[in-house]
Amino acid sequence: MNILTHAPFHRVVRRALLAILVPCAAFAVLAQPARATTIERVVSSGGVEAWLVHEPAVPLIAVDFAFIGGAIQDPPGKAGTANLAASLLDDGAGDMDSKAFQDRLERKAIELSFNAERDHVRGSMRTLSENRDEAFDLLRLALTEPRFDTADVELNRAQIISMLHRQTSSPGDIASRRWWETAFEGHPYGRPVNGTFESVPNITIDDLKTYTRRVLARANLKIAVVGDIDAETLKPLLDRVFGALPAKPDLTPVANATPQGLGRRIVVSLDVPQAVVDFGGPGIARKDPDFMAAYIVNHILGGGVFSSRLYQEVREKRGLAYSVSDSLVWLDHAALFFGGTATRADRTGETLEVIEKEIHRLAETGPTAAELAEAKNYLNSSFVLNLDTSSKIASMLVQLQLDDLGVGYFTQRSAMIAAVTLDDAKRVAKRLLDNGLLVTVVGKPEGVASTSTTAN
Amino acid sequence: MSQIYWSMRLSKVLLLIVALAGAAASAAHAGSGPDVAHFTLSNGLEVVVVPDHRAPVVTHMVWYKVGAADETPGKSGLAHFLEHLMFKGTEKNPGQTFSRQVAEGGGQENAFTASDYTGFFQRVPREHLKEVMAFEADRMTGLVLTDEVVRPELNVVLEEQNMRIANNPGARLGEQMDAALYLNHPYGRPVIGWRHEIEKLDRDDALAFYRRFYTPNNAIVVVTGDITADEVKADAEATYGKVAERAPSNPRQRPTEPVQQAPRTVTLADARVEEPSISRDYLVPSETTAKSGESEALDVLAHVLGSGEDCRLYRILVVDKGIALSAGAYYTGTALDYAKFGVYGAPKPGTTLRQVEAGIDAIIDDVVAHGITADELDRAKNRLIADAVYAEDNQATLARWYGAALATGQTVDMVRTWPDRIRAVTADAVQQAARTWLDRRKSVTGYLVKSLQPEESHS
Repeated sequence: MNILTHAPFHRVVRRALLAILVPCAAFAVLAQPARATTIERVVSSGGVEAWLVHEPAVPLIAVDFAFIGGAIQDPPGKAGTANLAASLLDDGAGDMDSKAFQDRLERKAIELSFNAERDHVRGSMRTLSENRDEAFDLLRLALTEPRFDTADVELNRAQIISMLHRQTSSPGDIASRRWWETAFEGHPYGRPVNGTFESVPNITIDDLKTYTRRVLARANLKIAVVGDIDAETLKPLLDRVFGALPAKPDLTPVANATPQGLGRRIVVSLDVPQAVVDFGGPGIARKDPDFMAAYIVNHILGGGVFSSRLYQEVREKRGLAYSVSDSLVWLDHAALFFGGTATRADRTGETLEVIEKEIHRLAETGPTAAELAEAKNYLNSSFVLNLDTSSKIASMLVQLQLDDLGVGYFTQRSAMIAAVTLDDAKRVAKRLLDNGLLVTVVGKPEGVASTSTTAN
Repeated sequence: MSQIYWSMRLSKVLLLIVALAGAAASAAHAGSGPDVAHFTLSNGLEVVVVPDHRAPVVTHMVWYKVGAADETPGKSGLAHFLEHLMFKGTEKNPGQTFSRQVAEGGGQENAFTASDYTGFFQRVPREHLKEVMAFEADRMTGLVLTDEVVRPELNVVLEEQNMRIANNPGARLGEQMDAALYLNHPYGRPVIGWRHEIEKLDRDDALAFYRRFYTPNNAIVVVTGDITADEVKADAEATYGKVAERAPSNPRQRPTEPVQQAPRTVTLADARVEEPSISRDYLVPSETTAKSGESEALDVLAHVLGSGEDCRLYRILVVDKGIALSAGAYYTGTALDYAKFGVYGAPKPGTTLRQVEAGIDAIIDDVVAHGITADELDRAKNRLIADAVYAEDNQATLARWYGAALATGQTVDMVRTWPDRIRAVTADAVQQAARTWLDRRKSVTGYLVKSLQPEESHS
């Protein structure tokens, strides 16, 4: 049975996981006197740190972790190495081949997964607390003794190439790929995380082993544990699972970058009834004093609630699209804002005009006092919604650590939101939204044409 | 982020929900999970409450027992269109007042439509529960629609159809397969509607449908999260309790399927298909219509055949024989009338759809002839039952299960006893289910290809 939803907020929600604003505020609730749950910073005797929320109400344990150094650490000409390596970490380890390893996981209903992003390799483990020791043991094997057997490597490689084939005719993938490769031409961020038809076939088993040896280390690792386990039980398990990893990674330095191609429009022709549009420009860094104001301004522009200006102007008033939103994205070496929509071919020009006009209007005059108050209120009140499952909490605690925000940050959180004045918001709107846009469009759009590259 | 992957993710989520639906409640049954309260107000509105006090948040849902399969022929897409229009305001709370209040309280909202039900939900800090119940009770009968808001929304829905279906060859094949699988039942119509019929929907259609189906005696409210049954009961009586019945709760009698006699095949060709695939849907009983033990056996069968990397289809076709890049099976049992049992696979470069299909057939034939092993049975049962605990971690998931189950004719007790019923499945029952229901004459096989030229091995 198909299920259709009213509004495509899933897309926004997914992106919001990147956003630390919400989890930061979350701590205040976690620390509420009425709730016993708090975040503990646990350090094992071997020096492995994890942030723990001990919550015994449900007999399960969620472990999330991230290693800094994702696809941007792929060797030159071997884009997709991190992605292929991550896909193989649960395909056999120690003396168990893939089948034996999967069998062990399945029998105990242990969920183990790994994936690569631009800046990180992430992992996630879920287990019933009764299978705790076996689950941590399988995780240890996956991280420290992955096998990379030829048959598994070739199968995963074939699956990735198959996905690359599918993406060549998918408007959303084409739009996004063109945007990133143009905005970050010559920089590792311009390379697709999944790799390319040229690079993926060239990745050797040695490349995979070298990659994991370089990146899976303790000094660049952030861990969160949530659920039915206390600090004293966790500590020796941290040493057992992560203690055997090398102390330090061997990461290649990556330069900071800002999006290029502002003012350009790139149209890719594809025979589909609906045109897919991606747009974006430079953002504001996570540690920039203006970050909070920028986050609020972005929320007002297109932050994934019905009240955003883009949603109201593009969808509610004109019916031009089902989905339109944008979000702040902060990477380790770049900051941007990035949005998208999908609209009927014959009104693509009009849709893009409306979006550009709204971005320009917000840059010029800033938000109204009422919009600012509403946004602040929403961002302050909504954080608890991200705290109602172990998985959500674990994922946020990892992000907090990746963003290098100490526990003290939580208590300052709402004050920082409150401190953003209307003047701040206006100034930062101008700073954020007045830089021009790089736009990619895929489909058969009317009223939109590629600009010549000299416009760059 | 492509539409294709999006819809694949969606279906995975749905499968998970189906698989876990009973499971969550199992823990409740075993006494280790949440206590489930269930009561009916004097106007016929059913209420289910599942407490979870870990975070000060509640999920509030209202489910109407009406979906795309209840539409009048010729008006396909109407249930979904009305769902969109329900956000356009009431006499008492005009325009976007409701949405604005939810957002100001830091809440999230959305809605969904399926063949058998239409649902609306808010996730809010607990102190806002009564407020959203009052808003939701108000729009149960107070909706105001003008052409000014209806017309742009029709365009929004047409763009949604473009995004989900028209731009996506796999989704277009899915529509054609459903139409072929159901010879007589309205499950053959797309939930979003056929595009040429959506284009003709208007305000009067929406209001007529609304007045006929949106009434407290045709609705179920589910609240999960940081709240007690007593609190919910008091708030429900003060809000929903004031809404008068305005239409009878219609018996949901849809046309039924004749004896299906011929396997069907559907081929969708699109130049954008870079990776061909095959999928087959069998017409099988739902949890609601199955004989005792039958849908549970189908749950186990789907798990053994096609869940994860340790199932027969993946193990044999992808790993051992190396002829496929993906393969699996699923059973979507939560439905009022019929359910689908699906199998699928995508060939590896150098092999053909026919080879993958023959491989799938051989695996099914083997289960029909020889059944499953005791070890497979144990593993599947352990896994399905363990999922119950994972499910308890998510109040929104719990709310969806209870809502979907009750909106498709199940009872709270059926949900609660699901793990016990899984425990009782025997290998014989699984073999019998395969023998009875994996019958090609009651199936449609879909091929997604690049062109209609005779297929050669794809590379």
